[in-house]
Amino acid sequence: MQPRDPFNDPFTGEESGRSIIELRGISRSFGSQEVLRNVSLDVRAGETVCLIGESGCGKSVTMKIMASLMQPTAGDVLWNNVPIKDRSDEELVRDRLRFGYLFQGAALFDSLSVFENIAFGLRQNTKMSDEFLAELVAERLKDVGMSPASAQKMPSELSGGMRKRVGLARTLALMPDIILYDEPTTGLDPIMIDVINTLILKTRKRRPVTSVIVTHEMSTVRKVADRVIMFYPLSRLEPGQPQIVFEGTPEEAFASEDPQVSQFVYGEAGERMQELALL
Amino acid sequence: MIEFVQAVGDLALFATSMLRWLCRGLPRRSVVVECMYEVGVRSIPVVLITGMFIGMVLAVQGYQQFHLMRMETRMGAVINMALVAELGPVLAATMLAGRVGSAMAAQLGTMRVTEQIDALRALGANPIQYLVVPRFLSCFLLIPLLTVMADAIGVAGGWVFSTQVLGVDATYYWHYSTEYVAAWDVFAGILKSMFFGAAIALIACHRGFNCGSGAEGVGQAATSSFVLSFVVILVLDFFLGMFLNEIYWTLWPGPSSFV
Ligand SMILES: Nc1ncnc2c1ncn2[C@@H]1O[C@H](COP(=O)(O)OP(=O)(O)OP(=O)(O)O)[C@@H](O)[C@H]1O
Ligand SMILES: [Mg+2]
Repeated sequence: MQPRDPFNDPFTGEESGRSIIELRGISRSFGSQEVLRNVSLDVRAGETVCLIGESGCGKSVTMKIMASLMQPTAGDVLWNNVPIKDRSDEELVRDRLRFGYLFQGAALFDSLSVFENIAFGLRQNTKMSDEFLAELVAERLKDVGMSPASAQKMPSELSGGMRKRVGLARTLALMPDIILYDEPTTGLDPIMIDVINTLILKTRKRRPVTSVIVTHEMSTVRKVADRVIMFYPLSRLEPGQPQIVFEGTPEEAFASEDPQVSQFVYGEAGERMQELALL
Repeated sequence: MIEFVQAVGDLALFATSMLRWLCRGLPRRSVVVECMYEVGVRSIPVVLITGMFIGMVLAVQGYQQFHLMRMETRMGAVINMALVAELGPVLAATMLAGRVGSAMAAQLGTMRVTEQIDALRALGANPIQYLVVPRFLSCFLLIPLLTVMADAIGVAGGWVFSTQVLGVDATYYWHYSTEYVAAWDVFAGILKSMFFGAAIALIACHRGFNCGSGAEGVGQAATSSFVLSFVVILVLDFFLGMFLNEIYWTLWPGPSSFV
């Protein structure tokens, strides 16, 4: 990693509230299946945005498009107010390193041990001594509540929740400025959910980071979000209604009168139950 | 038809970007070494066994015909020529495509569907450089050695079986072999094998990268990688054979005959 000049750094710096990631009119389809239609949103420096919405509505796709791991069918992605298509390949790779991405399925490298997984980004992008590396990895493991002994395990020997936590440790190891968490607490027990929520808050206190969190966990929304964005699946959208059905603070989300929002945040199926012919 | 053209074009693009990354430098040494071990060392047993049996099979089959014509001593020339020019390279390549190629396609396919390839990109590693370049190099550089092994053990197997079991005169067996099989033939076989190795690695990695979703997609990637590699090996063998013959006649014009 290049040394960062805090005064001339496009991604951090004093001026918070500047746009870090902006989606402009993003659409994405897979074959004939349309997943995102004309989605625009803005993530500002230093804030924590939670993306919520029912399963399959395109949250993970949106996150991948934000990190430029997937191309939209139409629309522009801007990082720091510059469209990513105006960046050269090298600039894109360099700027993508400012992002940390926790994948929904953790996406640990099967052929590498837990240690090597967490050390991967550091080995790839820095020239660190092995002792320093070992120290950092141990620290990251401790952050996510795993024992140092698990470092030598292979991903196939871990439980689902442990994989998720190793994935989180790997994401945070490179000290990213922008962290995209795809369901960081799914599959964890209630205690561990609290540990991870606290870790997300702690990460933000330690240094200026911008985070986007996809989650189904309302405790995460309550505890860490500055802003909530709710997506709706295209198939059930009223004609002409935008796909983002709610945008506001968590308090506003929990106080919302709109049934689409309140039923979701309070976990009530409402008329969906009849729709699905379960009653 | 359009799909076919598209697939070939896509593979060509894939190969070009692989070559670009190859020129930009290698990934970490441990990655390459591990891959070479898997491709090279672990393929030796199967190549040796199949090579030896092919040599012996040729001896068994050839003996019937040559014995009728009372030309058993010429068997060596035919067996060894067939081995070094065609069977050695093709056999080593087929084994590599089956053993290593489909495993690569399945592995990369699994990495695709479990988002590990995206994770590589997110962590600043280029998937082509990190995954494809070492596999390409391993296949491309090690298949000549595997071919030489298949050639050698096939020649030995044919020789042992012919002289020890079928009772062919060893001196003449070698005499006609060396007279007919030139260094060029061995070289041509090895050269061909390098093309096979390159094709196997590219096809396998390309199939893996473009794997469909789920376990089904992974299985399909593995199978289609083998089938496609095998077809390409035989097609390449045909065209390279013709091309190398042309070169041979250009370099050394003059009659040559089967004594
Ligand atoms: N690589 C892909 N190929 C084809 N279809 C895809 C692909 N990725 C996502 N989809 C489709 O896009 C839709 C949205 O997927 P996405 O993963 O974004 O959902 P999600 O909102 O993250 O849901 P969940 O909360 O269950 O994770 C799904 O219907 C899925 O079938
Ligand atoms: Mg998802």
